[in-house]
Amino acid sequence: MIDKNTPAKDLTIGGNIYEAGNAREFKTGDWRSIRPVYISEKCKQCGLCFPVCPDDAIPVGKDQLRKDFNYDYCKGCGVCAKVCPFGAIEMKTEGED
Amino acid sequence: MAYNLKEVIAEKPSRFTAGHRMCAGCGAPAVARMVLRALKPEDHAVIANATGCMEVSSFIYPYTAWTDSYIHTAFECAGATCSGVEAAYKSLKRQGKLPEDKETKFIAFGGDGGTYDIGLQSLSGAMERGHDMVYVCYDNGAYMNTGIQRSSATPRFADTTTSPAGSVIPGKMQSRKDLSEIMVSHHIPYVAQSIAVNNFKDLYEKAEKAIYTKGPAFLNVLAPCPRGWGYPTDMLMEINKLAVETCYWPLYEVVDGKYKITYKPAKKLPIEEFLKPQKRFKHMFKPGNEWMIEEFQQEVDKRWQDLLDLEAMTNKEN
Repeated sequence: MIDKNTPAKDLTIGGNIYEAGNAREFKTGDWRSIRPVYISEKCKQCGLCFPVCPDDAIPVGKDQLRKDFNYDYCKGCGVCAKVCPFGAIEMKTEGED
Repeated sequence: MAYNLKEVIAEKPSRFTAGHRMCAGCGAPAVARMVLRALKPEDHAVIANATGCMEVSSFIYPYTAWTDSYIHTAFECAGATCSGVEAAYKSLKRQGKLPEDKETKFIAFGGDGGTYDIGLQSLSGAMERGHDMVYVCYDNGAYMNTGIQRSSATPRFADTTTSPAGSVIPGKMQSRKDLSEIMVSHHIPYVAQSIAVNNFKDLYEKAEKAIYTKGPAFLNVLAPCPRGWGYPTDMLMEINKLAVETCYWPLYEVVDGKYKITYKPAKKLPIEEFLKPQKRFKHMFKPGNEWMIEEFQQEVDKRWQDLLDLEAMTNKEN
């Protein structure tokens, strides 16, 4: 990974990056001030929440079921909690239980 | 095959990754992701992106949120860049320099500034020349990236930094340009207007048609901006829904000149419902400003009626 601390001799030619989709290495989770909490017992797997996440922070397995949030990327916008008809996502202030 | 959201998400990995720097609650990433999911998994894509929110926040060196080939191009040339690459690809393929069995698709993304305004000439050229590509405009109705300046996609009366609502002017003074109509007038095989609602069926199916229709296609997708429109970030999907239910943003497609409205609200909601949650229209609800809402409603009604007429006219027998 190239960043501002990378010594010049370690740079790739032209400073090229060779990996597509490497934004995944940049964690945006620290933007968050409120946090969605997934209450799996209430979840009916209706599929309304995961396509709306701007940050792809709701993983869906090969079994077509959603899993718990990926807090590495979630920015805490709350769109998922608002679309959930079953109250299975609650927004909580970061740092509080 | 019928659309199945869960299958699409589980089987097709995201081609627009997490870790991009779009604002929390932005309407555009979900749109880009779903459009790219309409690609067959085995097909490769070349994406040209005009300068705009999506470009500056998805491609900050040394990171890229795109898993396909990606070209950042200046504000005015997404159409030209994409069409040039497509022409080069066709030539190389003809010369036998590229594998026969591999397919590459060409997609351009631009915001409303880069599409309605600055990139209009290159878009028009690319469409007229008949390149096999799709241009996707994610319309957030102003230059959000540089601080909410009005564009030709900004609706009338909207408060922006260059059309500030106050005692002198009532927000933006001009009506919104209807770009989808302009693209229909290019007589290209496929033009559609879409939005992210419910299970994204409308968007996915239109993107799939646009990508796999031979020749130029244009997709205009409304992508709300919590910052510029002034609504709480969690309201994204409600705003989308209201845009459709009030007929502010009708969903339709035009295939070879034939209009088809893909969603007709059973009961058209009054435009206030869409305007009310947005701070950019706040001044319209002040006493004495009722005429603004009235005129806004008239404009929406007129455009909706025009669309209904066009649908009826282009689908007439003989």
